[in-house]
Amino acid sequence: MSTSRRPLPVWADIILLPLINIALAFIVVGIIVEIIGVDPFQALGLLVTGAVGSSESIGYTLYYATNFIFTGLAVSVAFHAGLFNIGGEGQAYIGGLGCGLAILAFDRFLPAWLLVPIAIAAAALFGAAWAAVPAWLQASRGSHIVITTIMFNFVASALMVYLMVNVLIAPGSMTPQSRGFAPSAALPVLLGSTLNLSIALALACCVAVWIFLWHTSWGYALRTMGHNPAAAVYAGTNLKRMTMLAMCLSGALAGLVSVNELMGVQHRILLDFQAGYGFAGIAVALMGRSHPLGVVLAALLFGALQQGGAELSFDIPGITREMVVVIQGLVILFSGALEHLPRPWLQAVLARRP
Amino acid sequence: MHELGSILFLMAAATLRTATPLILCAMGGLFSEKSGIIDVGLEGKMLMAAFFAAATASLTGSPWAGVGAAIVASEVLALLHGFACIVHRGNQVVSGVALNILAAGLTVVLGNAWFKQGGQTPSLSHSQRLMPLVFPNAGDSILVYVALLSVPFTWWLVSRTRFGLRLRAVGEMPLAVDAAGISVTWLRFRAVLLCGFFAGLAGSYISIAQNAGFSRDMTAGQGFIALAAIIFGKWRPVPAFGACLMFGLLDAVAIRLQGLKVPGIGEVPVQLFQALPYLLTMFLLAGFIGRAVAPKAIGVPYTKEH
Repeated sequence: MSTSRRPLPVWADIILLPLINIALAFIVVGIIVEIIGVDPFQALGLLVTGAVGSSESIGYTLYYATNFIFTGLAVSVAFHAGLFNIGGEGQAYIGGLGCGLAILAFDRFLPAWLLVPIAIAAAALFGAAWAAVPAWLQASRGSHIVITTIMFNFVASALMVYLMVNVLIAPGSMTPQSRGFAPSAALPVLLGSTLNLSIALALACCVAVWIFLWHTSWGYALRTMGHNPAAAVYAGTNLKRMTMLAMCLSGALAGLVSVNELMGVQHRILLDFQAGYGFAGIAVALMGRSHPLGVVLAALLFGALQQGGAELSFDIPGITREMVVVIQGLVILFSGALEHLPRPWLQAVLARRP
Repeated sequence: MHELGSILFLMAAATLRTATPLILCAMGGLFSEKSGIIDVGLEGKMLMAAFFAAATASLTGSPWAGVGAAIVASEVLALLHGFACIVHRGNQVVSGVALNILAAGLTVVLGNAWFKQGGQTPSLSHSQRLMPLVFPNAGDSILVYVALLSVPFTWWLVSRTRFGLRLRAVGEMPLAVDAAGISVTWLRFRAVLLCGFFAGLAGSYISIAQNAGFSRDMTAGQGFIALAAIIFGKWRPVPAFGACLMFGLLDAVAIRLQGLKVPGIGEVPVQLFQALPYLLTMFLLAGFIGRAVAPKAIGVPYTKEH
């Protein structure tokens, strides 16, 4: 099979193959749009204008991309350690709880320069803590991390509904929302849209993850564990500790989604602010080949899809925002589960050239 | 005395109503997992099936056409899963997650395009639904009985037939099955198709028997609870059935307790009951209640040696 053929050159593996995979996903989406009775090319045009047509729409695109960078990085870090973190959804949710609790506790008397870092740290800490339990169960008790992180998503959701409905709800409020944060907890807005300073945090996280994974000994040990656990043990890595580290880091990154959503836009804790970003992070990480730079590019694409999809659903009533969810699912399918589908074909084409 | 009897009857009926989709889904998932194919995509299959059942029943007026369409829809996803995981040796968890997300989006997109009710299907009339057979207030539609029969059927198929023996073997050691001259691919495909069939029944139960139509995300994690039940039952049909009943009972109790004050404790949060199936499964997985051992080759794509 494919192993007997010449392996793909690096540029084809990291650039061409993801592009082919995403093209396949888009062809399928085009067929679905056609079935619904909308001209796919018209839809594509509207989607692109909706995503990058004005400075306001670019702002929205970047705002969505910020969330995707956080969750994409979260999944990537775990991937490098050979762990599959499907719990980004729950970790982002609980991260929001930490972020919100910190702000609700301190926003009456702390200045912004102190409050904002505390809230960011709390978001990361709570996200990490929510990932730490499945990590510990995997490291010490051998339970499978995929199953436990899925279960923890549901537990997080039940916990948040309980807290929002019974504990944190603002007095006199009909909807389960906390009281509004004080203005000192608000992040500065950019480009006059929902885009805020957390995109700088997201990019800083990218650089930090890159340095950590490729330029520190811990990052090296983490990647070794992902490639070959036996070799990692031989080199003296403590697999349990490394599993905990990777998952906590992953959870912390996912938790930061709440910085963008709660401190940047909503200014209160509310239900389901993280909906879908945790899962989309899997698509982002797969497309971005788990590299911070790739994650940024993939996040930009997904941000544009999210924003363009929203505009598209305004323009064409037959198409709903969920079209974006379909695209995400197909991207995960084609660049994740079916990533080997075009490979033999690509190998054959490239092998013909000298 | 008569009153207590009727409360117990209603509780048992409520338990069985909630457990039915879990049982069907768990029996389906069991085939897949026994053969070594992880199925995180049960939720998506069930959701897709629920949508096509309600959509078809609404368009044709026949609930049985709905059930048929549900099975076809679920099988299409099952075949995709098989194509990705068995033929192309893709990551089974990634494939399952992809199918879940795809189903969550596609059901709303198609529903909105076809019925223009924000992703819902029109409300189904009695003749378009599967109605209770014997007890009108218990909701015992035919699929409830099918679910109950699916358990001995699964048990028999897995542990008393040649197919079952091979199925278990392929989940533990595919190399041995291959060496015996039996196609690993075909065996696993049959397991995945059986899974799609049962998940299709489960989905149609949710939208045309338990409810009167499809609404977005209506499976609400039941596919994952079924997955939890499989693990809780240690990948065996009868214990998994027991886990489904227990999870169903938890749900029935939660609904009963809603808003009630329990003496000494106060109001019990409903969310605790919703989280309990997951928490219990986590405890089990952590080895605090017995040990759950998965089929050995689960999640590992089989590469034939030349």
